[in-house]
Amino acid sequence: MALRTFKVYRGNDKAGELKEYQVNVEEGMVVLDVLHRIQADQENDMAIRWNCKAGKCGSCSCEINGKPKLSCMTRMNSYGPDEVITVTPIKTFPVIKDLVTDVSWNYAQNKRIKPFQPDPKKKDERGYYMMQEDVERTQEFRKCIECFLCQNVCHVLRDHDRKDAFVGPRFMIRLASLEMHPLDIADRIPEVRKDYGSGYCNITRCCTDVCPEHIQITDNAIIPLKERVVDRYYDPIAWVARKITGDKK
Amino acid sequence: MANSSINIRQSNYLGTLRADNWWLYPAFVVFGFTSFVIYATWAAFQGDNYYFDGGLMSEHFGGYLSPMYSPLVWVKSGVHGGAPLHHAWLGEMPAWMPAFVTPAFFIVGFPLAFRFTCYYYRKAYYRAFAGAPPACAVGAVPQKEYKGETGLLIFQNLHRYALYFAILVLFILAYDAFMSFFRDGQLGVGVGSIVLLVNPILLGAYTFGCHSFRHLVGGKMDCMSCSKGRLFAWKNVTKLNMNHELWAWCSLVWVGFTDVYIRLTAMGVIHDFHTWAN
Ligand code: SF4
Ligand code: SF4
Ligand code: FES
Ligand code: FES
Repeated sequence: MALRTFKVYRGNDKAGELKEYQVNVEEGMVVLDVLHRIQADQENDMAIRWNCKAGKCGSCSCEINGKPKLSCMTRMNSYGPDEVITVTPIKTFPVIKDLVTDVSWNYAQNKRIKPFQPDPKKKDERGYYMMQEDVERTQEFRKCIECFLCQNVCHVLRDHDRKDAFVGPRFMIRLASLEMHPLDIADRIPEVRKDYGSGYCNITRCCTDVCPEHIQITDNAIIPLKERVVDRYYDPIAWVARKITGDKK
Repeated sequence: MANSSINIRQSNYLGTLRADNWWLYPAFVVFGFTSFVIYATWAAFQGDNYYFDGGLMSEHFGGYLSPMYSPLVWVKSGVHGGAPLHHAWLGEMPAWMPAFVTPAFFIVGFPLAFRFTCYYYRKAYYRAFAGAPPACAVGAVPQKEYKGETGLLIFQNLHRYALYFAILVLFILAYDAFMSFFRDGQLGVGVGSIVLLVNPILLGAYTFGCHSFRHLVGGKMDCMSCSKGRLFAWKNVTKLNMNHELWAWCSLVWVGFTDVYIRLTAMGVIHDFHTWAN
């Protein structure tokens, strides 16, 4: 058991402070455990969101020593024995109270995306069938736990506040999973460019760096989408080829 | 207890609560790129010591040619460590060309365009040089209206065209590597041949791991099982692509090193160990 110093954000969206706590930390604890101990012993009204404590619900996202992380998956022994631990709410979304933020903007983005539209011609007596090779790519994206750490760290939303122009990495992977789906026939490429703002991402890869599910967001979702946008809008040879073949897409 | 008030929602340039050495990566990139650019610019302006064939200036097949000067469009004859005339596609440099122009000038644009528009290099220099952002969760350089790659940078969308030229150049550099195993028409091996052989291998790992290439060979398809050949190609390109950053750096450093090696050999500063008679 060791006495450790914690600094935790206490406040709301307008004003707040980093409040210091001394707390006993035992072996095997994660940051969320320590926050719970502070809540139980010292600060009963401290607001924390959490649910599974297993890195699977995506509720406990926060910033620990400035890095976007899941507090339930951040082990205390990953820090130096005397290191002060600072815990703040995710910066990109409005603070409701203490470590709890209002992430509803994200759900609104999700609703803007054209849903899955399977090709009825691909249905036979067995139903819809796909080969494993065809779904492999998009399976990676299904691992997303919607922790929104990627949305939080993306500088387009975080520093430049372009929530009006860019849906953010989490929804770029949703778009990629639909666009790459072998059964889906909806076309979202015009919206990917115009409404969802693929061009605002400058592929600096912070989303990939923080994703607790290790989804290769930039390499496997955003860049492939950007390349599809290039096919449709920027590649002159592809444009000529479309004119010749009469292909719309 | 020391409590400090903080404005959690405000973005400040370089503002962060990160306590780790986040500046190491951008510092490394600034150092790496700046060193390379300074050396490459200097080397391109030299116009000499870019070719070595044991000092024979042989009219036969073979010799070491620096990748910074290859392919040779025009050459100036009578230059120390310059290539013999028959190596150049168009022969002697025209007289109307300004004196400072060297054979490197005609080709430097291709690798430059390729690397400049590369998805990896974009990350590296947007972070390190443009501070957009300097590191993850570190305040970005403020911009009045952030446009990303939709504004001035829209040309980045043409990366695949730079790729087409890069593939051509890659084959030329592979030919140069082949040529380096000959001197005066004689087959042999020198340290320089090995150096020149590694070059297209590293460049190939970089070029064929390109994101645009990955898209074109198979990534653009939704039905991966529809073409076994393209699926196979896509899977292999993906393997290279996963280490694209590593190949980008290795190939960059090796191009520089190859030029240094040939330059020093041509200058007579170092001795190239080899199996040829002279
Ligand atoms: S790679 Fe793109 S989406 Fe991901 S954090 Fe960077 S700018 Fe945002
Ligand atoms: S992509 Fe990763 S970081 Fe983003 S919400 Fe999903 S799990 Fe979280
Ligand atoms: S509490 Fe569920 S992910 Fe941390
Ligand atoms: S993405 Fe790096 S070379 Fe194309």
